[in-house]
Amino acid sequence: MTDATIQTQAQDEAQFGDYFALLKPRVMSLVVFTAFVGMIVAPVGVHPFIGFVSILCIAVGAGASGALNMWWDADIDAVMRRTAKRPIPAGKVEPQEALALGLALSGFSVVLLWLAANALSAALLAFTIFFYAVIYSMWLKRATPQNIVIGGAAGAFPPMIGWAVMTGGVSLESILMFALIFMWTPPHFWALALFVKTDYGDAGVPMLTETHGRKSTRLHVWGYTLLLAPVAVGIAFTSIGGWFYLAVSLLLNARFLYGAWLVWNRDEGASEADEYATEKWLFRISLSYLFLHFGALLVEAALRAYGIGGW
Amino acid sequence: MAIKVEHEMHERRRGRNRGVGLVLLGLVGIVFGLTVVKVLNLEEIKQFERFDHVARPQIEPAAIEAAADRNAAAEEGVSE
Repeated sequence: MTDATIQTQAQDEAQFGDYFALLKPRVMSLVVFTAFVGMIVAPVGVHPFIGFVSILCIAVGAGASGALNMWWDADIDAVMRRTAKRPIPAGKVEPQEALALGLALSGFSVVLLWLAANALSAALLAFTIFFYAVIYSMWLKRATPQNIVIGGAAGAFPPMIGWAVMTGGVSLESILMFALIFMWTPPHFWALALFVKTDYGDAGVPMLTETHGRKSTRLHVWGYTLLLAPVAVGIAFTSIGGWFYLAVSLLLNARFLYGAWLVWNRDEGASEADEYATEKWLFRISLSYLFLHFGALLVEAALRAYGIGGW
Repeated sequence: MAIKVEHEMHERRRGRNRGVGLVLLGLVGIVFGLTVVKVLNLEEIKQFERFDHVARPQIEPAAIEAAADRNAAAEEGVSE
């Protein structure tokens, strides 16, 4: 070993931030927000500290599944530009370290959630981690172009877990919140896939744009948006909805349906001519679509506290 | 001559070790906080006695039922 190799190792040594990056912090922020809404809109409450610890556990559990995903997908992450700088392909964290961190944090988060809240929410969190790490990452991601549809379920569980923390159960409301994120994921992701030149093909991951073509992807975006709308609007008529949510949801769905319809009816020539402006717009509004739906549920909960929410 | 205790590796890993230290401190805080909240939220503080690892025959179900019967009998005696 020379001075040069020692120097290189020292420079590449993982910092705390590299381990934190394994937890996919951006995904965690969405998880925290939706789990928080799932808790706030529930009809019963828990002590604020238990609520805080529960959200922390849900976030750490989601992060743990992210670390397990990075451990499993290190080979394809190294091939793709978007993911090549992740801690494992960048050579900062050993794959076995990511596996150990993922497993340890999975265990910690599930057991702590069980102790802090209840067995059902802990079981749902454990299933979420299993679903993302095993069913999505190991089984489906490289096997089917519908991977994004099924993988979306992992991201859809947090509000259901938040609801279970509060109520100790599963109900129509929490199932619909799950369905909202589940149905939203495909059009959101495929809108992105239409305008981003991905290298999933090089990595051997089947993506709809490459296996079934771009026309079929546009049809899928439209089809899933059609299925999404009744779910999103339907929440308005449950105990967590109300006139405010209904108004917001109708506007957001009208806009999203319009965007998806435009994307479906465009051909590649038109899209290339304006550099995929409509597809980019649909992707942008899909981000605000989910945020504003859950935000509207929060507003409804606040209005109910003053006796003016709901129906 | 000063003894150099600090190795270069310690300097290099300082941020990482501090991070782990803070995470562990946070975990201790969470477990402590949960304990306080759970204990204070018990409907009847006597429930906490069940976890003190000491045999307490007076809180066994049979003893509790017997005590309840005695109280009921005593109340009936008073009302008569």
